[in-house]
Amino acid sequence: MTRMIRTKAAAIALAVAGVFAAAQDAAAQSNEIFIPVLVYRTGAYAPNGVPWADGFVDYLKLVNERDGGANGVRIAYEECETGYATDRGVECYERLKSRKAVAVNPLSTGITYALTDKVPQDKITMFTTGYGRADSVDGSVFAWNFPLLGTYWDAADMLVQHVKKKGSLKGKKIALVYHDSPYGKEPIKLLEERAKLEGFQLLLLPVTHPGVEQKATWLQIRQQRPDYVFLWGWGVMNSTSIKEAIAVSYPRLQMFGVWWSSAEPDVTPAEDAAKGYNGIALGHSAEKDMPVHKDMIKFLYDKGKGTAASKNEVGSVLYNRGMISAMLTIEAIKSAQGKYGKRVVTGEEVRWGAEHLNLDAPKIKALGFGDIVQPLKPSCRDHAGVHRGRVHTWDGKQWSYTSDWLEADKKVEQPLIEASAKAYAAEKKITPRDCSKES
Amino acid sequence: MIYRETGQFKTSYASDQQLFPILQDRVFVVGFLAFAFVAVPLLASEYLFLAILIPFLILALAAIGLNILVGYCGQVSLGTGAFMAIGAYSAYNLAVRLPDLNLLLVFLLAGVLATIVGIVFGIPSLRIKGFYLAVATLAAQFFVDWLFARIKWFTNDSSSGSVSAPPLTLFGYTIQTPVEQYLFVLAVVCVFALVARNLTRGAIGRSWMAIRDMDVAAEVIGIRPMRAKLSAFAVSSFFVGVAGALWAFIRLGSWEPLAFDVNRSFQLLFMVIIGGLGSILGSFLGAAFIVVLPLVLNQLPTWLGIPLSTAMISHLEFMLFGALIVFFLIVEPHGLARLWAIGKEKLRMWPFPH
Amino acid sequence: MSPALSRNLTIAFFALLLAGAISPMALGEAKFPQWLEVVLGGLMSGVLYSLVALGLVLIFKASGVFNFAQGAMVLFAALSLVRLMEKMPLAAALAVTVVIMIVLAWLIERLVLRPLVNQEGIVLFMATLGIAYFLDGFGQTVWGSDIYTLHVGMPKEPKLLLEKTFEGGILVSMEDVVAAILAAIMVALLTLFFQKTATGRALRAVADDHQAAQSIGIPLNRIWVIVWSVAGLVGLVAGIIWGSKLGVQFSLSLVALKALPVVILGGFTSIPGAIIGGLIIGLGEKISEVYLGPLFGGGIENWFAYVLALIFLLFRPEGLFGEIRIDRV
Repeated sequence: MTRMIRTKAAAIALAVAGVFAAAQDAAAQSNEIFIPVLVYRTGAYAPNGVPWADGFVDYLKLVNERDGGANGVRIAYEECETGYATDRGVECYERLKSRKAVAVNPLSTGITYALTDKVPQDKITMFTTGYGRADSVDGSVFAWNFPLLGTYWDAADMLVQHVKKKGSLKGKKIALVYHDSPYGKEPIKLLEERAKLEGFQLLLLPVTHPGVEQKATWLQIRQQRPDYVFLWGWGVMNSTSIKEAIAVSYPRLQMFGVWWSSAEPDVTPAEDAAKGYNGIALGHSAEKDMPVHKDMIKFLYDKGKGTAASKNEVGSVLYNRGMISAMLTIEAIKSAQGKYGKRVVTGEEVRWGAEHLNLDAPKIKALGFGDIVQPLKPSCRDHAGVHRGRVHTWDGKQWSYTSDWLEADKKVEQPLIEASAKAYAAEKKITPRDCSKES
Repeated sequence: MIYRETGQFKTSYASDQQLFPILQDRVFVVGFLAFAFVAVPLLASEYLFLAILIPFLILALAAIGLNILVGYCGQVSLGTGAFMAIGAYSAYNLAVRLPDLNLLLVFLLAGVLATIVGIVFGIPSLRIKGFYLAVATLAAQFFVDWLFARIKWFTNDSSSGSVSAPPLTLFGYTIQTPVEQYLFVLAVVCVFALVARNLTRGAIGRSWMAIRDMDVAAEVIGIRPMRAKLSAFAVSSFFVGVAGALWAFIRLGSWEPLAFDVNRSFQLLFMVIIGGLGSILGSFLGAAFIVVLPLVLNQLPTWLGIPLSTAMISHLEFMLFGALIVFFLIVEPHGLARLWAIGKEKLRMWPFPH
Repeated sequence: MSPALSRNLTIAFFALLLAGAISPMALGEAKFPQWLEVVLGGLMSGVLYSLVALGLVLIFKASGVFNFAQGAMVLFAALSLVRLMEKMPLAAALAVTVVIMIVLAWLIERLVLRPLVNQEGIVLFMATLGIAYFLDGFGQTVWGSDIYTLHVGMPKEPKLLLEKTFEGGILVSMEDVVAAILAAIMVALLTLFFQKTATGRALRAVADDHQAAQSIGIPLNRIWVIVWSVAGLVGLVAGIIWGSKLGVQFSLSLVALKALPVVILGGFTSIPGAIIGGLIIGLGEKISEVYLGPLFGGGIENWFAYVLALIFLLFRPEGLFGEIRIDRV
């Protein structure tokens, strides 16, 4: 009896010790820049989250291995599993920010919304490359959010422009099959605006997490027979959508996915039947032979330090996107170092660096990214830097571009952005910065 | 030796019936509260507040609510997340639409609204028992999830479905720093825990326990099942609603309906099972356990020197939860609270064996 | 509530459901071929739910345990099969998976059921909740978190029937038809097993009265292993059909929660009840989502099944074909 008590007491003592040990997280080395990596490798969104995470972490490792860090300052990072859940994302952020984090990439629009309120106080720059709040393009209100390379309003606008080229949209029907979360709901405002302008009918079909139950959605599509279907899904929802589309014989040629719904994990489960499925590409597709890819193989995978399960993943769509997101973060840091000195920079300095980032084509080529990253120049008024994309199509084996460059229409977007940002500023009692005064 | 009642004579019914009849208990509780209110704010790091203490306190409050329903009254509920959501969105709507309302009133009213809905969903419990009721509460869970995602009025017509809480001001004072948040939550939880403890010690608590143990016999001796069950649902939903409002306003700041989905319900049920069904202290212990476990697991690779991917840690968490549930159900169905009680009993004997 | 009232309310309930199902066509909102497609789609997805519910019913019948982990078992079986098929041909992978499920059943009986024997139903239910979580983590640790495609030779392209009679034709998914046939075969086999074999008789005896069965020499522990194994195999078939349709990934176990309303509708102890309950739930869900859904903005099918079950519970808690529970004090 006493032995059982002793073991129970020992267990409790261990647990209490564990609590306090868990509370002491090792302070980051003072000569390293710390970046928390909020990713998900489990759950319904893992199939798409894993390649992005691999690309992101691989690029950070590459910068350390190949270049010795950003201008000689090594990058420290730590992964935290969010499972695409907003509360876990906030938990990860709170836990890791005390290690003097300078930049964060939440990889979830839901988490972005939650962190938008926190980053100004914590002075951590938030990069939401290709996702996040569409209105955070307005840097005068959202000083700490950087939706680099484009937002969901850009994507929706470009898709509308693309299908308009096939014939006037007046009287036509466009269905939006979207993930019932902030991510999926984001393009609705712009699509409603465009529906008014172009005269098409917008059909909204939400799909609840995790997104495996879509039979009713696609039965409705079969009945309503929309001319085009825009897919705004994530994780297992994407492949399910394509499979259900096949099951109701909806032509894949008329389906267009956003850049998070047109990657390999979405089309490979359906294999050949997914042929003809299109997506809007965020400036890059599944290019595998840029100098940076070769560096990845040489510096990481040949030495067994790569993050991905196999080096075949290097160069897939989402891997490239993760890599590019990491590259933009590092370039913002370097831009900050350019002004403040080649040392460990603070979050505030990185924010300046991101706002004054100037990545033109030669610089991008020098970084080894060839032409898979569009030249971008964020500014106080435009935190995205560039709003271009192309359509790529799956032919059963690989992606190939099937359209010219598209650019989001500023005239349509600007009033929406301003209205939304103004509402946010009023709600949070933020005085917008005066962009003309910013250097 | 140190935990004896000798010499402590009670001279009035009031002193005999007090919450902590033994002097040593009172000293310990007062000391602990002093430590919690005074020492912890001075000693603890900001990380400790944000990552451990605040979530622990809020989830403990929700666990107390669930424990009243499941542990004291025996009605299984898998819809606790829904009631937290109702509390959170009610508080949000009240704070946004009636900005002059006192913050405490906002939270209390949110609790009241959750209570009303709780009573409505508790009505089936009059006819169904056991895991049938669990399925009925699942209906509440999924329906409420859908309601807040679909009806735009609840989210103040936010286009993304995501809402963010207005800043917290209490009597002119803004609650912003982690220390202030911690003290506010601690005060609220202390008050509510006291209320819960007294409810369970009183006639109403006894009627709940009678229903749990043998509902037909309870009805025979005159306890009205409708009143007992619905009051359990009401009180439980009130606690859970207030906890939901606190969770949304203080912990999350900005949230969407998925923050209160069925996984949250399961998490609370686990807390109650591991902590101990039918025990207020058990709710605290269970909440502490569930809050700390993922953090400890995260540090495990660094301690043991084995590199584990975040995915692996997440899977380990699931496996450990599952295994621990089964373990506790087999070995100690009354949970951690029973271990605490055994410890106290042994302490009373110490240093004598019997 | 008197049995007559309960019966009348049940009839009224189904009459209402039927009316609701036919109304879109009667009101002219939908044309017959479209309506028929929704009905067929609903029935087919109902078959999927029935398969999961079947395992639930089996376990409840024989051991009185409400197995919350059935969904997790379905996924675990499907995942094992998929990953093993990467290394060996289908037949070998199937055999190994069957062995895995039997071993799992044995472990559950030994580690969870035996120590908890004689505890109340709610305690066992919570134990199966723990098992579900454990299987979730363990399955993903061993087999991974990616979504895997299951190739068992199911036809993928849908067929267009009766194009001449109805405009646009009626779209029927051959995969669903094959799934329905498989489910029917399995139900027939199970019924044969229960009625004709000695083990089946023993299982029915245990389901009837544990103590009486034990007193005539039926080994309870072995029976429980057998029952959980059979439920595991049923789960495997369900997993194959689901996996072939939707791909295999652990998040799918959330969807298996839908089997709960199915069992409530059909009765906890009835195999035909599980099938019919599943069909009704599937049908109701799809019709409500396609025709009622747009009025409310969509997403109704998440809670429709549960609310339906809730209402049904109020006047007929034993389900359509279940045994009426008489509480003896």
